Amino acid sequence: MRRVVVTGLGTINPLGNNVETSWDNLINSKSGISKITKFNVDNYPCKIAGSIEDSQINDKIVSIREQRKIDRFITLGLIAANEAIIDSGFTTNDKNSLRSGVMVGSGIGGLDTIYKNSSILDNQGIRKISPFFIPSSLINLLSGHISIKYNLKGPNGSPVTACATGTHAIGDSFTLIKNNKADLMVCGGAEAAICPLGISGFSAARALCDTFNEQPVRGSRPWDKDRSGFVMGEGAGILILEELDHAKKRNAKIYGEVKGYGLSGDAFHITKPSEDGNGGYRAMEMALNESQLNSHEIDYVNAHGTSTQIGDMIELSAVEKLFGSNDSLCMSSNKSAIGHLLGAAGAVEAVFSLKSMQTKTLPPTLNLENPDTNTNINLIPNEAISKSIKNLISNSFGFGGTNASLIFGY
Amino acid sequence: MSDIEERVKKIVVEHLGVEEGKIQSDSKFIDDLGADSLDTVELVMAFEEEFGCEIPDDAAEKIVTLKDAVTYLSANSN
Repeated sequence: MRRVVVTGLGTINPLGNNVETSWDNLINSKSGISKITKFNVDNYPCKIAGSIEDSQINDKIVSIREQRKIDRFITLGLIAANEAIIDSGFTTNDKNSLRSGVMVGSGIGGLDTIYKNSSILDNQGIRKISPFFIPSSLINLLSGHISIKYNLKGPNGSPVTACATGTHAIGDSFTLIKNNKADLMVCGGAEAAICPLGISGFSAARALCDTFNEQPVRGSRPWDKDRSGFVMGEGAGILILEELDHAKKRNAKIYGEVKGYGLSGDAFHITKPSEDGNGGYRAMEMALNESQLNSHEIDYVNAHGTSTQIGDMIELSAVEKLFGSNDSLCMSSNKSAIGHLLGAAGAVEAVFSLKSMQTKTLPPTLNLENPDTNTNINLIPNEAISKSIKNLISNSFGFGGTNASLIFGY
Repeated sequence: MSDIEERVKKIVVEHLGVEEGKIQSDSKFIDDLGADSLDTVELVMAFEEEFGCEIPDDAAEKIVTLKDAVTYLSANSN
């Protein structure tokens, strides 16, 4: 059986423009949430987000001229991909290029570009629409750009499963390598929806936190009694997945192994998770079955944990039901520090999951002051803990009732 | 250099990211200055914006060098 390992990591997110910086900030309980300043939010119920300063975008990796022709989500994805590919030490040649692919998704894609071009069409007419409008907004163009830049001619696609996108991209890539359709995949997600249409749309759906506008860093608070919705973040996470022998042959550094992948549908509601948590439960169970591990062998859950009223508790109860036999189980939510990166969330959280294993440090759940639960699971409130972990599971759930879980181990 | 040529050159420098010194009046946007076909569509839009005119598609197709742009705009801009 072909085994799949992780040999490269890259990210840009509200805590930093690379893996090391953002990981250090994460485990030192820093928050990347602040007031939105890029556009006027006076009339918006939610005025906070996990934004990335433009100064954090390295124009030596993606030139200013290139940035003008691509939506911000593609820029962020290219920055994270650059770090991951350099980290992996992989270079293509005529032969291995055909067996190396790209699977990077986005939840929404070029939303701000679509918004701006829509205004141009209404106000200035058809002749003012840029020829780059469509290729800069299409979700799969990020996978396209990465393949062109690094000469990756294997499988190429982009899952679009809202907030589960990043996790599906990694899981689907794992499956492709396992089934011998590729030897190496550049995979993950990117998102840049902190724009007028993005914030107003999620606000209208009553999904965003609107009670901490004056204290942004306290807004994202999974499982806390005062949580009132998620805080949006932006960024990208990219992993290099590789068949084990392929990685060994080139002496690649190995962060860990992808041991299992599960996915399911709720068939219940467009935005709410199924009340009994059965969809999330079945995704985790499928991943566990593939990994051939016992439930008590999972040491840590990198939770979806968005800081929404219903979702947090449903996930917690599903985790308790499946993994509750492990009385030293830990679980935390990276979203408490970086916000919810939508289609990039699962990918950035996978990067942090692998850093957790590598450094034997579990990142905290910030703002967990008054837990809305008496669970026995250690939710790692406010400060990181040192703990060696052998296997972990990372969850992502999305609008439309889509669920995905990945098990990493070492 | 005429005023029109100066303005056209400035647009080409900005849009194609090439150094001004490398642009000759007979440099081809695609073959010599690294533009792709979408870049040339955007260049024509920028010329229209700068010179306040509308360049029909059949005329735009014939603008492949700096000189072509200057000649067309000298004859057709306000």
